[in-house]
Amino acid sequence: MSDQILLETRRLSKYFHPRRGLLSSKTGTVRALEDVNLTIYRQETLGVVGESGCGKTTLGRVLLNLVKPTSGQVIFEGQDLSSLERDALRRLRREMQIVFQNPYSSFDPRFSMFRSLAEPLTTHTNLRGAALEQRTRQLVRQVGMPEDALSRYPHEFSGGQLQRLAIARALALNPKFIVLDEPTSALDVSVQAQILNLLRNLQRHFKLTYLFISHDLSVVQYISDRIAVMYLGKVVELIAAPSLVEGQAQHPYTRALLSAIPEVHPEDKRERIVMPSKAPDAARPPSGCSFHPRCPFAMEICAQVEPPLEQISAEHWSACHLIHQSLQN
Amino acid sequence: MTELLTVENLHVVFQTYAGTVYAVNGMTFSVQPGEIFGLVGESGCGKSVACLAILRILPGHGRITAGRVLFDGHDLTQAKESEMQAIRGRQIAMIFQDPSTSLNPVFTVGSQIKRIIRHHTQASRQATEQRALELLDEVALPDPPRIMQAYPHELSGGMQQRVMIAMALASGARLLIADEPTTALDVTIQNQILELLVELRRHVGLSILLITHNLGVVAETCDRVGVAYAGQIVEIGPTSEVLHTMKHPYTQGLLAALPSAQQKGRDLLSIPGSVPNGLSVIPGCPFHPRCPHVMEVCRQTPPRLTAVNPGEAQHQVACYLYSPETAQ
Amino acid sequence: MQGAPGIEVSPFVEPAPAATYSEWRLIWRSFRQDKLALIGLAIILVFILGAAFAPLLTPYPEQGRGDPNILEKFKPPSAAHPLGTDYLGRDVLARVLYGGRSSLSMGFLVVVIAVLIGVPLGAIAGYLGGWVDEIIMRATDVFMAFPSLLLALAIASALGAGFTNTMIAIAVTWWPWYTRLVRSQTLSLRERFFVEAARSIGLPGHKIVLTHVLPNVMTPVWVQATLDLGSAILISAALNFVGLGVQPPAADWGNMVSQGRLYFIDRPWFAGAAGAAIFLTVLAFNFIGDALRDAADPYLRRT
Repeated sequence: MSDQILLETRRLSKYFHPRRGLLSSKTGTVRALEDVNLTIYRQETLGVVGESGCGKTTLGRVLLNLVKPTSGQVIFEGQDLSSLERDALRRLRREMQIVFQNPYSSFDPRFSMFRSLAEPLTTHTNLRGAALEQRTRQLVRQVGMPEDALSRYPHEFSGGQLQRLAIARALALNPKFIVLDEPTSALDVSVQAQILNLLRNLQRHFKLTYLFISHDLSVVQYISDRIAVMYLGKVVELIAAPSLVEGQAQHPYTRALLSAIPEVHPEDKRERIVMPSKAPDAARPPSGCSFHPRCPFAMEICAQVEPPLEQISAEHWSACHLIHQSLQN
Repeated sequence: MTELLTVENLHVVFQTYAGTVYAVNGMTFSVQPGEIFGLVGESGCGKSVACLAILRILPGHGRITAGRVLFDGHDLTQAKESEMQAIRGRQIAMIFQDPSTSLNPVFTVGSQIKRIIRHHTQASRQATEQRALELLDEVALPDPPRIMQAYPHELSGGMQQRVMIAMALASGARLLIADEPTTALDVTIQNQILELLVELRRHVGLSILLITHNLGVVAETCDRVGVAYAGQIVEIGPTSEVLHTMKHPYTQGLLAALPSAQQKGRDLLSIPGSVPNGLSVIPGCPFHPRCPHVMEVCRQTPPRLTAVNPGEAQHQVACYLYSPETAQ
Repeated sequence: MQGAPGIEVSPFVEPAPAATYSEWRLIWRSFRQDKLALIGLAIILVFILGAAFAPLLTPYPEQGRGDPNILEKFKPPSAAHPLGTDYLGRDVLARVLYGGRSSLSMGFLVVVIAVLIGVPLGAIAGYLGGWVDEIIMRATDVFMAFPSLLLALAIASALGAGFTNTMIAIAVTWWPWYTRLVRSQTLSLRERFFVEAARSIGLPGHKIVLTHVLPNVMTPVWVQATLDLGSAILISAALNFVGLGVQPPAADWGNMVSQGRLYFIDRPWFAGAAGAAIFLTVLAFNFIGDALRDAADPYLRRT
């Protein structure tokens, strides 16, 4: 079982202290991630969904060690990233890559595509000259772009084309794990479909593991094997995608998110859960369950005790006091 | 029924470094009183430009080259600038994707709303205050007296958008043009704003022109919808008909490309290529280079919007697959 | 299209976006429509060529370098001396051409030194952030809080007068502006994903700054540097005027004005010529800088 695990986090936390100058004191702590325990299996797609400020983007950055965690561990193939030396960490970068939300700012405007795609290769491998060119040509073909793209510059491409090329760059070092941070949210629907199909094909062919971060539950539902729902820096529900589709989501927040997706066929919509619009403040999270001020099912205990993430079934975890209610009934 | 707003054969071009961009190429649609009309399409389809053209607030290098915009039977493309100023805000209000840039950061919400009320009615101080509180209540903001005292940055994005809508109501506008009003908001907040728009249509009789790229948003809010592609309307009709019995290959492609739980494990159908950049006018049907059903006639002559069923004039499509002369 | 084995690749047909232009070509296209900027460019070229080929352009190169010719002193402009002669009888045109060597090169060198100090510091401060940023920025605060002319005076008098010391003195008061400019540019650049992408592939920090950050922050630096050339020449003239720059008999526009001011009422040509040279160069650099600034800003760029 354990060799099926590619990456694990243990009590991973990241706090930000906004606006701290030489003489001014800190103004508050934003808990972007708090005690996150996640397991990512080889060749799966773990979807991470949540609203703005829930910490999903920070999670992706911390997993890749682009942002140092405040506490907790990221364990990639049995190695604790925080214990690694700088050089070992740099070597490990080959294994983990990222594709960003905005394809237009993902490339240095002064670099030709060849230079951009060659950069990871020249940094980590001895490929030079004809072999380097050969490899970059292979990369652009793999993402369905013509080879002459290599001689062109970022502003000559559309958003969808740039995202294909960003994926090509992420593939350059044959990584095992790719963080996809809202890879389609800047794209039009028809182009989004092309990118999602491409990602699925590449995953199958290169046996890739994805962390797919998105605010769009319908996209996450479509592409993921399992889905982690985040709220104010915590994972509140972890559920297999088919169970979510079948309406087995347990946490009221997950259900509210589901019911809020605007559907093309509204008549086959399930329940509708209305939440008060009061936006959560990540610097001042509420006591107890951080969702309780917006939860239509909040009970007395919710304001006092924070519910732990508990296992409901094999691949279903939820952090909600209602679990015990429904178990008792 | 007489239309509140009719856009007829509107053409808008922009002069840029790369050349002339043909942004809107003969767009025709109308908004009836008390209706929510959705204008849906992908980026670059001309939907936002068309709205800026309606209010004649195009950026400097853009201009209307042909067509009419009738508001209450009055052609806005011919109106004097002073007449337009009276129409903007007072008759037609507009809200944008990012409400934080539309509100003045140095004044309280209350003073901004009250200024609009006083500008449009000659109400007393007390009546103005009263009306402002009513409006904030009407857009379902909690604790209106407190919101009145708040500065825009103290409110969340969803609340700011509600304030923008309240300000549109304050001006007594009859038509609200909402350009992607929920795109910057989280889904749960988006839902609430859309419900508010539907509610206002019902209670205040507000007509709304809703611009969006999201077909789900259209399905949940709009009475009628026009699908825009390359600066033209390719399909138009009652929302349920357009989304359930879509006729145009582009509309079909858009719907098929939506990821859904039912599609899980299968590839999504995608429209090959990407949206045209507007630097040249595509001869014939603008969709023909990407269309799976392209015929010879499609490359030659642009199709016109015609009723899908002869008896039912509402649902129209611009495609030769459905015109009597070419359909086999 | 042939994909890698086993991968189905959907054919991807898309028209290439229409002709696009590199940033500098766009800037030049806009710049050349600005008449004042072209006039400015012409003025600067005339002065530079004049200074460079001074020995060939004047029949009195030795006077330009400072040899007196007392018999000819205070001659008004004539065919032999188009701008007259000065109080030691030297040809004023030759002096202006030779003075340009000092004034122009001082201006250029000051800006070059300020850019060389200020730009890397700004990029480091912006890219690294944290305490490094704090220290660098507080240092710029200190240097900026000094009245620059006074600081230059203090440094020049401590190190002694002369071309090199004066140049160093001005440059020291100048670099913080570039640090600030580059730091703010770098901060906004850090929000762009390509810098993060470079980090995610494990590119070392110094390489990221050199290959991705610096090249992308330089356009506003060139604009600022052009505007500053005028100001630097002005300040160096001021320091030369008070006697801190190049030492007589060598010529500099600043010390020419200083020497000529005593005779200005009766014989205005010789202070006037140097003053006009200063005025024209500063004005020309401002014309060029303004046009460059507009051209580099996509919103102000002329079509």
